[in-house]
Amino acid sequence: MSSNNILVKLNNAGFRQNEKWLVEGVSLKVEKGKIVTLIGPNGSGKSTTAKIALGIYKNIDGSVEKYTNKVGYVPQKISIDWTLPLRVNDFMVLTENINDDEINDALSLTGVMHLKNKNLGNLSGGEFQRVLLARAISKKPELLVLDEPVQGVDYTGEIALYELIKKISDTLNCGILLISHDLHTVMTATDHVVCLNGHVCCSGTPMDVAKNNEYKTLFGEQASQILSVYEHKHDHVHSDEGDVKKN
Amino acid sequence: MFDDFFIRALVAGIGIALVTGPLGCFVVWRRLSYFGDTLAHSALLGVTMAYTFELNIAISVFVISSVIALILIQLQKKTNLPGDALLGLLAHSSLAVGLVVIGFLTFIRFDIMGLLFGDILAVTTDDIFVIWTGGAVILIVLKLIWKPLFASTVNYELAEAEGLNPDRAKAIFTILMAAVIAISIKMVGLLLITGMLIIPAAMARNISDSPQKMVFYSILGGLLSVILGLFSSLEFNTSSGPSIIMAALILFILSLLNIKQSIKLKN
Repeated sequence: MSSNNILVKLNNAGFRQNEKWLVEGVSLKVEKGKIVTLIGPNGSGKSTTAKIALGIYKNIDGSVEKYTNKVGYVPQKISIDWTLPLRVNDFMVLTENINDDEINDALSLTGVMHLKNKNLGNLSGGEFQRVLLARAISKKPELLVLDEPVQGVDYTGEIALYELIKKISDTLNCGILLISHDLHTVMTATDHVVCLNGHVCCSGTPMDVAKNNEYKTLFGEQASQILSVYEHKHDHVHSDEGDVKKN
Repeated sequence: MFDDFFIRALVAGIGIALVTGPLGCFVVWRRLSYFGDTLAHSALLGVTMAYTFELNIAISVFVISSVIALILIQLQKKTNLPGDALLGLLAHSSLAVGLVVIGFLTFIRFDIMGLLFGDILAVTTDDIFVIWTGGAVILIVLKLIWKPLFASTVNYELAEAEGLNPDRAKAIFTILMAAVIAISIKMVGLLLITGMLIIPAAMARNISDSPQKMVFYSILGGLLSVILGLFSSLEFNTSSGPSIIMAALILFILSLLNIKQSIKLKN
């Protein structure tokens, strides 16, 4: 595989805080036009892995190779100090000087064009999330890191935004590192899944991961529901004990 | 019409207000009021150094304040003490050391009140030169680091993730703070410099809905404060520093009335 398609690569990376491992031994790579999704329970190190990939954490174990500086980031938690008078419009040009058309395009794509001149502090959670996503895609990044990008967005909006993310990956040919709790979306729109639980418990195509026993232990009931989506493609069935029987 | 000293004070004050306006906004946004105070208190030590070794006051203050800022950053890394305790420690100990050193310098006549509260009679043409060239350099550097500094003020991780190097911007901003204190100490006085940074910016916050507007109004407020303050200082024979800060306070109170009006309009 040619290495010039790789945007970011983690080699056995880990991060420790106060003598406690937040995540360790993570190897993954994000390539142009591909969506890599991190899944795992709370506290499994998904956000930490994203921050390692972004270079926010400095003293890490292992190594990160980053081959692009055009990065768009939607953090999971963002605390903005409201002593700042900040409109959506000002927030859009925070890290890069983009022109008015580009701002309008991005805001329209995520459905919040009407909020352009509103104060950022007055937005609802879902509205703010859409603005965050608009800002990240507006600079036409090569690498997008989306940490639960649709949290707090209404159900129909959620589906539309995931479709948008998929479209962005295709049209901009950018690589996406996605963190999501929505297993259904993950399994339908992703090229590669990494299942974390303090370490990489399994990874591969969505199909590979869905079949993995460790994954099933972690996600239980929910995981088997997702599997049913794929059942029609399967040439085998799963017994209650988790054995695989050929049809 | 006016005496030369008053024209000099006016020219110097306008130069200071042009710089404290935008810097003051960042002091308010980044919650650095006490940091500014600490640097200002340490400026007394810088002044005594200037007298002892016959150096330029602004340069001496700039060096000492920068050193104090560096010590603070090191202490923050190496101790578990909270930030405000470290600031208090540095502010008062450098003020104390400065005052003790003054006590030893019996061969020089010190105008302590002038140092603490500013003295318009003391502004020389050399000072004007230092203020305007120093001020121009500060504004140019601030313009250059504006993007990373502002982005990291809004959110550090976004700035870091998207490659803006916020740590470097923060370090440069710290040096700019030391520089602005150095150029304004003679005029405003070391006890009141932080007021000159904060009050016009706070006034501007009340009437602004975007960062650019806030910087604009902050500069405007600073200019008005200096002009009103200096005229009243001349008229009532008061110290220049307190007069300027009082003018800024009056503008701040007026901006509060503006808030009430705009709330009424919305309802």
